[in-house]
Amino acid sequence: MNISYMYSLIAVIVLFLLAYVGVNFPGGEVFFGIIIPYLALIIFILGFINRVIDWARSPVPFRIPTTCGQQKTLPWIKSANIDNPTTTGGVVVRMILEVVFLRSLFRNTKCELKEGDKISYEWEKWLWLFSLTFHWAFFTVLFRHLRLFTEPVPACVELLAKLDGFLQIGMPGLMLSGVALLAAVTFLFLRRILIPQVKYISLGSDYFPLFLIFGIAFTGILMRYFTKVDIVGVKEFTMSLVTLNPHVIKGIGGVFYVHLFFVSVLLAYFPFSKLMHLGGIFMSPTRNLANNSRAKRHVNPWNYPVKIHTYDAYEDEFREKMVEVGLPVEKMIAPETPEEPEEKE
Amino acid sequence: MSELPKPDELFSKIDHRPAPKGWMDTPVDIRRGIACYASNPKSVEYVGLPYPRQWSCFDEDWQLPENWKEIISKGFRERLDRFRSIKVFMDICVRCGACADKCHFFIGSGDPKNMPVLRAELLRSVYRNDFTTAGKIIGSIGKTFKKIIGARELDLQVLKEWWYYLFQCSECRRCSVFCPYGIDTAEITIMGRELLNLIGLNIDWIATPAANCYRTGNHLGIQPHAYKDMMDFFADDIEEITGVKVEPSFNKKGADILFITPSGDVFADPGTFTCMGYMMLFHYLKEKYGFDITWSTYASEGGNFGFFTSHEMMKRLNAKMYAEAKRLGVKWILGGECGHMWRVIHQYMDTMNGPADFLEDPVSPITGTKFENAKSTKMVHITEFTADLIKHDKLDLDTSRNDHLKVTYHDSCNTARGMGLLEEPRYVIKNVCNNFYEMPANTIREQTFCCGSGSGLNAGENMELRMQGGLPRANAVKYVHEKHGVNMLSCICAIDRAALPASMEYWVPEVDVTGVHELVANALILPGEGKRTTDLRSEPLPGMEDDDAE
Ligand code: HEM
Ligand code: SF4
Ligand code: SF4
Repeated sequence: MNISYMYSLIAVIVLFLLAYVGVNFPGGEVFFGIIIPYLALIIFILGFINRVIDWARSPVPFRIPTTCGQQKTLPWIKSANIDNPTTTGGVVVRMILEVVFLRSLFRNTKCELKEGDKISYEWEKWLWLFSLTFHWAFFTVLFRHLRLFTEPVPACVELLAKLDGFLQIGMPGLMLSGVALLAAVTFLFLRRILIPQVKYISLGSDYFPLFLIFGIAFTGILMRYFTKVDIVGVKEFTMSLVTLNPHVIKGIGGVFYVHLFFVSVLLAYFPFSKLMHLGGIFMSPTRNLANNSRAKRHVNPWNYPVKIHTYDAYEDEFREKMVEVGLPVEKMIAPETPEEPEEKE
Repeated sequence: MSELPKPDELFSKIDHRPAPKGWMDTPVDIRRGIACYASNPKSVEYVGLPYPRQWSCFDEDWQLPENWKEIISKGFRERLDRFRSIKVFMDICVRCGACADKCHFFIGSGDPKNMPVLRAELLRSVYRNDFTTAGKIIGSIGKTFKKIIGARELDLQVLKEWWYYLFQCSECRRCSVFCPYGIDTAEITIMGRELLNLIGLNIDWIATPAANCYRTGNHLGIQPHAYKDMMDFFADDIEEITGVKVEPSFNKKGADILFITPSGDVFADPGTFTCMGYMMLFHYLKEKYGFDITWSTYASEGGNFGFFTSHEMMKRLNAKMYAEAKRLGVKWILGGECGHMWRVIHQYMDTMNGPADFLEDPVSPITGTKFENAKSTKMVHITEFTADLIKHDKLDLDTSRNDHLKVTYHDSCNTARGMGLLEEPRYVIKNVCNNFYEMPANTIREQTFCCGSGSGLNAGENMELRMQGGLPRANAVKYVHEKHGVNMLSCICAIDRAALPASMEYWVPEVDVTGVHELVANALILPGEGKRTTDLRSEPLPGMEDDDAE
């Protein structure tokens, strides 16, 4: 049994029980509904900012973009202005493509050794596809939640919800994003345990967020379609949080608190985990720099002088040999002795 | 040296499925044929790097300084504070595994610790343990928890593992192309090697060339008189082949430009033919257009093995380029065919040793082209320069003299992924050769595979590693060899020219290796030359030999 995912699974189950049972204790609703969410949000915001500031504190001494296309040189050679940008505009487009469409992951190939002695590198689209689905679904779900935190609800949130529920199946209408999120998380988990190489590199901290997000999506779907949570009550409660006038509403149900607790844990966990890739990608020097280091000097703030072997020291060591073969020198050899040996060469 | 397995044996042994046991529980097994020999203490001492001593990676005791952990830990902290790249790369990997099968060393060896992500985890695990809050808190609960979050303490085993696998990465950056965040394992390797150097753990194939370069100006330790002798020798060969006597100039003050290329090309075949190619091109430009190019014996090395040691050592070696350009009073610098040399020039030189305000903005006086892309560093790549000459029809070429060759082109990692120099060499090749075939798309351009011996790994004792790492490139060559009859692999890198012949001989013996300017010179019609009956390798040109009246 793989301890990494067992422990992560157990951790998520414990979290589930903690909230599910805990909320029934006196003060449980205040604790899980008010204290924990506020605390988590504060940890998230401060932690996130702190991490980004910490990264920013280290300079970028060298301009080291990974160039993924033709450089800009001679005017008649077509350059790849996005994959190998030379301008800030190009870098911005490159970054947008990375963040919105996972451009680099789209390149993914799968290497296979074939019988005989062939090696193939086939385009591997599934990770890209499911990863894209996962992130977009996550974003959509998150964005739709704004309806709980705004009054009146902005038109764009309503619109997205309409698009999301365009299938119009069931009552309440099925939201595509929730299902997609669950499916994508399941895929990402399965690939972690089924692809031997990915399994080998996976840590507990890779499984944990997957289980947690699965838990969030699962309890969400449970509330919406099965336990049919009192949505009016929930809205009243969430608005009370937003307006900083928090009070609990009776009878919302245990599943809701589990959902909320999971989200809180995710928020608090975020700044200390790999989930910080959300911020990190924007600060990755191989992706956020223009490839113009020969045209424009990049300055290293800590550039310090180093010891070098000067030409003078070099000539001092080799002067005689240089003169012998007719290489020009700065200082001629002082003619201390009559120069006969020259003739012999 | 250990016995090198036969190619089919090596190939059939590769298994990409890792063993069931976790990587942290699998101790490092330092194998002959894979590991490189330790640095010679004399070389370490010569350049003033710490802890020179006689040691061997195959010994139990590496004779480390007593406080080595402290040194590493302090060095790690310093580098986190100096390089945002390292800090971010340590924090944001999601272990998606997209980089895993992109590394030629993993593809060729199946050793899971050669997956870029795991190579990085070797350091990241220690980072988590020593430098992150989460790692410290969770780690303090117990050993099991440490392992679950991927943290571990630095001990001798871990150090040995670092050493073994950091010298199985050729800093090629292929993984970085595929990583959704651009995490560059090369950057992590560079930093890791820097740490190892703090306690005197380099390999000799890096330490000694670096020391040579420091002293004599080039990796091979060729002294100035010998350097000139070699070139004179090439001039004789050229005269024999073409009937024209070329006279390269050295250390000449007031020349138009300074030319710097890797010294490997002056020393070993087939690079020597590329060197002859440069000499012929420069002679042509001098005769036809009065363009005066000088070579330097002081800055006689373009390559920079300091780059494989530390940022500081890189700067110390690189400094000679600008220093010499300044001393000679040239207008700008032209750089020869080399991979990592160009990574250093393109991404580091101006920042480290610039500004080069004593030089002029590079302009080709022959075509009038301004090299806008190089106006700060003032250094132009020779294929940029030659492509421009050809585009403006400034070279007399007889392409039929390359008709006996079916050529493909290997992008070297550094010029492809650290620069984006992709079209220029292709343009030159296609204009001097009639038979050109590309290798499959997933193995060229920004997805190119390393020769397998980059970043100082082209030693003799690690031949098995080199053949493993060389497999993906060689396999793609084999593909075009079988499909189109390709018999010549061209490249613009001196390490390639040193390393690929061995890998070709092992995997695809029918294919030879050449530099691009050897092909140029084969085709280039020198003013006043006689009828050529052979190419630069003195091999008869088909269709020409029968007129030979001997
Ligand atoms: C700038 C925005 C973001 C970008 C560009 C981005 C990109 C990526 C990419 C490329 C992967 C690797 C592929 C994969 O394993 O799915 C990944 C993984 C992941 N991302 Fe994001 N992400 C972003 C924001 C987020 C956010 C807000 C979350 C929310 C928690 C998140 C959660 C995850 C998780 C859990 C994984 C790991 C999936 C696995 O274990 O297989 N990401 N992300
Ligand atoms: S591709 Fe990038 S994020 Fe994915 S495992 Fe490799 S280094 Fe980590
Ligand atoms: S830089 Fe190249 S050699 Fe190093 S891990 Fe990445 S792919 Fe492998």
